[in-house]
Amino acid sequence: MKIAVCVKQVPDATVHKRIDPQTKRLDRSGEGALNPTDLNAVEEAIRIKDAHGGEVVLVCLGPAKAVDSLRKALAMGADRALLVSDDAAAGSDLVATGKALAKALEREAPDLVLFGQASGDGDGAVLWAAVAERLRRPVISQAAELSFADGAVTGKRQTEHGYDTISAPLPAVVAVSDAINEPRYPSLKGIMGAKSKPQETLSAGDLGLDAGDVGEAGSKTTVLELGPPPSRGDTVKIEDDGSAAQKIIDYAVERRLL
Amino acid sequence: MKFLVFLEHHERELEKGGLGALAKAASLGEAEGVVLGAGAAEVAAQAGAFGAAKVYACEDDALAAPLPQPRVDALAAALEKSGADAVLFGSTVLSADVAAGLSARLDAGLNWDLTDLVLEGDDLVGKRPALGDTVLVDVGWTGGPRLALVRSGALDAVESGGSAEVETFQATYSDFSTLATLLEQTQEESSGPSIEDAEIIVAGGRGLGSPEAFSLLEELASALGGAVAATRAVVDAGWYPYATQVGQTGKTVAPKLYIACGISGAIQHKVGMQGSGTIVAINKDPNAPIFDFCDLGVVGDLHQIVPKLTELARSRRGGS
Repeated sequence: MKIAVCVKQVPDATVHKRIDPQTKRLDRSGEGALNPTDLNAVEEAIRIKDAHGGEVVLVCLGPAKAVDSLRKALAMGADRALLVSDDAAAGSDLVATGKALAKALEREAPDLVLFGQASGDGDGAVLWAAVAERLRRPVISQAAELSFADGAVTGKRQTEHGYDTISAPLPAVVAVSDAINEPRYPSLKGIMGAKSKPQETLSAGDLGLDAGDVGEAGSKTTVLELGPPPSRGDTVKIEDDGSAAQKIIDYAVERRLL
Repeated sequence: MKFLVFLEHHERELEKGGLGALAKAASLGEAEGVVLGAGAAEVAAQAGAFGAAKVYACEDDALAAPLPQPRVDALAAALEKSGADAVLFGSTVLSADVAAGLSARLDAGLNWDLTDLVLEGDDLVGKRPALGDTVLVDVGWTGGPRLALVRSGALDAVESGGSAEVETFQATYSDFSTLATLLEQTQEESSGPSIEDAEIIVAGGRGLGSPEAFSLLEELASALGGAVAATRAVVDAGWYPYATQVGQTGKTVAPKLYIACGISGAIQHKVGMQGSGTIVAINKDPNAPIFDFCDLGVVGDLHQIVPKLTELARSRRGGS
């Protein structure tokens, strides 16, 4: 089975994130790391390959330095990486990102496209459904368990009301939840081996995209203004002297919460 | 501006998230709704009270299971009938996939995680807290239709007391839309409201000390008519089900009152609950980060305080 895992580089979680007031985009100049929940998708892809054979290809849309993050996923056990990198693609929103990713995936023609749960920067948990629509393939999201039989993938997922078990014929697009597995740490052998694994970088043009399809030109949403979040106001802090429960009730009643 | 609001329903009730978006839409302009799936026509009329002048209802067999792709087809058909400038969704597992699918289908801009929508002149502007809610970003659209996912609990489902005309319709489905099928659905049994719907949430973290201590929170939640939530740490430890996890990798909630018990207030949890109206924190550690963003902070032993709270809440309820 050929598996494509869509991964993304995000600013390292330990680095203070900021939005550049000029471009109104997330400042991506600092250290980058693979989006943490993408690791679950990479791990799952490697497990599927171990069980069913095949190939794991990483597909990433991002700046040239995203190769550093891709190397970590290669060290975990992915076979090769495809990076779509183009200055013109910076600032792409869902429409532009979905278009570019779908083009890259069409070129790879995998049996299974995997996504992680949500990206650690844009907070959006929506890209897979947009990509599935563009590829005209079925989608299963939030999968916490996956199995494969007779050319179909079956996923179990949690919703607001319980559990759904959904089946879809391959090729299919699946987004996994972070409850699906515990991502492995790369072994020393894996880290050494990653350096010699194939990494290809393509421009938007290489994928047959026009400059108007990607980046801000291809985006349908805009960032207008940045401001401070609404303040919560002052915190009242008390120490429990046996009357705290009564004080909590009084506080809530005063504010008409009870 | 004309809005079409995607309304989900469960057990013959329209869900609060969609109704909150509908009430907001009605306050900003002309509002219509769309309800899909078995029983849609019957529940559709409920939307009138929240400001919908008209509701499109479709009960096609393709919509029987709660799967997103056939809903993209039906929603696109309803949008064509409606001619709305914007489509709003209350954020759920299902609606996020429907919104993203529609965005790709129409090449229409989608902004998500919005906590409010306003009109600036004739333009729609979304308010979106970002980077762990440290920044409030104003977002817009370059054209229509404008698609928006509203953060769960952010908008109140305010009743304005009108009635809606219900128009039933049938849709045609793309070949790939019906490839995924639902094999099984198990409903989680719960006695109280879900954490997305609850107006009061009692949440527990590591400071509870043991999984058994969650029974204290369950009793308090039941006395207050609220729901119990948990942090990632205790869900990971197997103390409480994942469905109740609040935070970056769980759910985002915004109840009127959030009572955090034995929760330190790590950023991963904070982003899921800081939209709550009032936050009360009980923690033994006076230096816990949660005391920096709660409204009422109590330094003390939750094992002493919570049972007393339950007792007081019960006597209030009994007395009123």
